[in-house]
Amino acid sequence: MTRFWLIKFARTVLTLWFVVTFAFVVLRTSGDPVVALLGADAMPDEIEHFRELWGLDQPLFVQYLSYIGQMATGQFGVSLRDSRPVMDIILERLPATVQLGLAAFALAALVGIPAGILAALRRGGWLDRAIMALAVFGFALPNFFLGILLILLFSLTWQILPSSGSGTFRHLIMPAVTLATFTAGTLARFTRSAMLEVLERPYMRAAAAKGVPAWKRVLLHALPNAAIPIVTVIGLNLGQLVAGAIVVETVFAWPGIGRLLVIAVSQRDLAVVQGLVLVIAVTMVLANLMVDLLYGVLDPRIREAAR
Amino acid sequence: MKSMQRPGLPVLFAGAILFASVLVALVGNVFTPHAVTDQALLSRLQPPAFMGGQAEFPLGTDRIGRDMVTRLVAGLQMSLSVALMGTLIGAVFGTLVGFAAAHFRGLVEEALMMLVDFQASLPFILIALTLLAFFGNSMVLFVILMGMFGWETYARLARGVVLSARAQPYAKAVEALGAGPGRLYGLHILPNIASALIVQVTLTFPQIILLETSLSFLGLGIQPPNISLGQILGDGRDYLSTAWWISVWPGLLIFLITLSMSILGDALRDRLDPMLKTRTS
Repeated sequence: MTRFWLIKFARTVLTLWFVVTFAFVVLRTSGDPVVALLGADAMPDEIEHFRELWGLDQPLFVQYLSYIGQMATGQFGVSLRDSRPVMDIILERLPATVQLGLAAFALAALVGIPAGILAALRRGGWLDRAIMALAVFGFALPNFFLGILLILLFSLTWQILPSSGSGTFRHLIMPAVTLATFTAGTLARFTRSAMLEVLERPYMRAAAAKGVPAWKRVLLHALPNAAIPIVTVIGLNLGQLVAGAIVVETVFAWPGIGRLLVIAVSQRDLAVVQGLVLVIAVTMVLANLMVDLLYGVLDPRIREAAR
Repeated sequence: MKSMQRPGLPVLFAGAILFASVLVALVGNVFTPHAVTDQALLSRLQPPAFMGGQAEFPLGTDRIGRDMVTRLVAGLQMSLSVALMGTLIGAVFGTLVGFAAAHFRGLVEEALMMLVDFQASLPFILIALTLLAFFGNSMVLFVILMGMFGWETYARLARGVVLSARAQPYAKAVEALGAGPGRLYGLHILPNIASALIVQVTLTFPQIILLETSLSFLGLGIQPPNISLGQILGDGRDYLSTAWWISVWPGLLIFLITLSMSILGDALRDRLDPMLKTRTS
């Protein structure tokens, strides 16, 4: 058991180290890091202070170590636009993204998993085919196009939902639906195949023969055993949600970090880009670690295998 | 035999759509009377012909009176060719990395697989945005970026298959006959994993289309004067209330292409990957 956790933690630390190294290499190969992070028109004494602070007069290896130190303590430099510390800007924008992400995720799970179970129970029937067709549509539909279509219908034609901004529940509906669609489609597909595999197992027939009612067989016997692939897909889809948020927030002018990232990239506000990428990457790596640990909780065999 | 079965309706539909898009991309601009840059300032934001617009502009015009059909053909050309190049670069590079990892084993394998894990742990759009921000956008960098998408999947796939193939008698026999690694991998192992790679290509291609159009939609991908479907869609955002067609046509095209490619990919996977079939059926 301890070994299982240790391996997971070691891999996580390794990936984090890769992420920071990637950022360092990009920063150092793209030009002068001072110009990159402070801007071309920075004051000479500011530049001098920065060079000392980051040890840019030191050998590259020392610089690398001090860079890791800076990043680990969240010192990402200041934004070119308003000279505020990058960390403050990110923290200000983060709650909106978390809110949107959680809403979308909950929606996707509430729609996708029951739809997948239903499709598996009605295998080959019209309901199964309809759900699977919808699922394919769900993940082939580009999220920016879905967002535009929703705005066209609900904001411009019927005028029942606001097309942009945040603040009320009504503002949340369209961005959350747009962001959830892809994940719901993927979840429905994987839940269906995971359930199909489980439903054919002998213990399901045994439960039926024992006279366990159908709803109990599905929810208490089949679903827990289908949980592992479903959790895997949820873990893999975290990245999709983050990637989707970058686009969806821009479509709906949602004031989160995805929109901030797009603005920072287009204005080449490099300190903000670097800070955001590191924050998002660390969050994702930690989320993946939690998914991995969840496997161990869900399936004792995985813990055993790692021993 | 299941493989003799005729393809179903969705697959035929998907095939027809893809064939039509490639055809339009290849020869479409021969039939459009306008050039991409032609502006008709008196015919700005004209609705499609079937909605009372001018017959000269069947799908309407944009904010400076450029013909939508002409721009869609150009955007389609760009989006398809960038996605095609990206897919090929990623497939070749990833497969070579996988072969190298399986061939050298040891430290090389560990290092390469660590890179694979790193790329798989982050959403690719994040890596793409970082590189675009720091190195600036150019057509060359953008195509390379598209090629960097998905190589890790090919690498994992190729490595896994090579490792299991090398344990099989035919690989041992070829080696015993004195074939070098190039001959072994190129002529004997590659044909054996070709079907798995082709399935992966059909899965990666629509993802790259989505990546390119997303970035171009955000204004961070294909830059004017070049045209991409995502870029037209993004431009149309400011005119949603007056000229919905600017956004809807390119969006519909992207959707149809990714949908068709997914349907074909699924069908191909069921056919070419017998292992998967026995597992799910």
